[in-house]
Amino acid sequence: MADVHLPTTLLPLFAGLPRRLDLDAPTVDDAIGQLDERWPGLRDRLCEPGPKIRQHIHVYVDRERAGLDTPLTDRSRVDVIAAISGG
Amino acid sequence: MPRTLLLVGTRKGCFVLESGADRRDWSLRGPYCEGWPVYHAVFDQESGSIYAAAASEWHGSAVWRSDDLGETWSHSSEGLAYEDGRRLSKVSTLAAAHGRVLVGVEAPGIFESRDGGETWSLLSTLSGQPGSEVWDDPANQPPGHLGISAITPDRDDPNAFWAIVQGVGLFETKDDAKTWTPRNRGLRADWPREHEEVGFCVHKMVRSAADGDRMYQQNHVGMHRSDDRGASWQEITEGLPTEFGFAAAAHPHDRDTFFVIPLDPGHGRTMPDGKAAVWRTRDAGSSWERLTNGLPQEHAYLGVLREGMANDAHDVPGYYFGTSTGQVFASADDGESWQEIASYLPAISSVEVAVVD
Repeated sequence: MADVHLPTTLLPLFAGLPRRLDLDAPTVDDAIGQLDERWPGLRDRLCEPGPKIRQHIHVYVDRERAGLDTPLTDRSRVDVIAAISGG
Repeated sequence: MPRTLLLVGTRKGCFVLESGADRRDWSLRGPYCEGWPVYHAVFDQESGSIYAAAASEWHGSAVWRSDDLGETWSHSSEGLAYEDGRRLSKVSTLAAAHGRVLVGVEAPGIFESRDGGETWSLLSTLSGQPGSEVWDDPANQPPGHLGISAITPDRDDPNAFWAIVQGVGLFETKDDAKTWTPRNRGLRADWPREHEEVGFCVHKMVRSAADGDRMYQQNHVGMHRSDDRGASWQEITEGLPTEFGFAAAAHPHDRDTFFVIPLDPGHGRTMPDGKAAVWRTRDAGSSWERLTNGLPQEHAYLGVLREGMANDAHDVPGYYFGTSTGQVFASADDGESWQEIASYLPAISSVEVAVVD
């Protein structure tokens, strides 16, 4: 199971969404899809049409910058980061 | 006893100011919408819901809804996207009327929701209108380009409304956005234009509640008035300190009374000479009065944006405006005197009024 960590800015938008959770998903895109099934609308908060990951959302898989098609293993750590912006 | 609510959209969320019918003592609630930048928050009189158009740098655009006057909120952007490759960078403006909600976005387009903001569908991009060849050009996609900056529904006809395209002009539809007509005849533009009927910088249009044919417009260059529902315009700038500004409000019972907040047209875009003032005409723009009672007159470099001013419809109307430096000012006596009712909010994008029982 991939160890998925979500940004704190996402949590208040979806009731019951935890900061981290385990997902059995072959790619980042599939992991986001699973989250969207459980918390409808979540994909829109991380991705824009294309689809592609939003400009100021960064996804890292095992510390490497990842895209939607990046594969996951059952030992992957996924960090979804709201990139620093604004003031 | 009816309560008067002000819905205040700010760069860091939505706030609610609340008062009784006397509109003297105000309490503040918020911030709501998780601190997302809120560009416009409106009250739907039919459903009693508040809608807020918001765009997060991280999480994109969405329309938020509260069914309990701001205590709890949900959000959705389902369907709020172009399918032709154009980029939707921001939800800018809202209008709720006749059982639906309209949201104007950039790149220019209008989406509608008929299920209380749960889902959205594209209603119009004003495709084919003069000027659309610019905003439909893939090289001219936002941010930094054009958008729909205001939508004004007709009070009686659910198929009629007006929309402003930034830097292009005012358009009217009478058949629910199937066809459009530019409504810019008589406006001034101090720059070259490619089309006769568009190329005007309409900042704000308000329509008199007392006479549907009477409209007022704050333009990038000048104040204008229409007596024929926007078919033609005449300039009424003379007597104002500048020709530039954004915010405006029309008296709810008197077609000839109208309020505007002129700003320095340069980079500052604040009230001239650091002295805060609202200007009022009672004769449809033939003359103007400077209203300053209760407004700061020293070092007050206040800006007010397009949706930053609103009024209620009480017998003696109340007027309200929010500033780019986070103050909200209110007048409960038709503009004669003003009171600062909030002082330290984030930069304010919009102020709208809701009167509820």
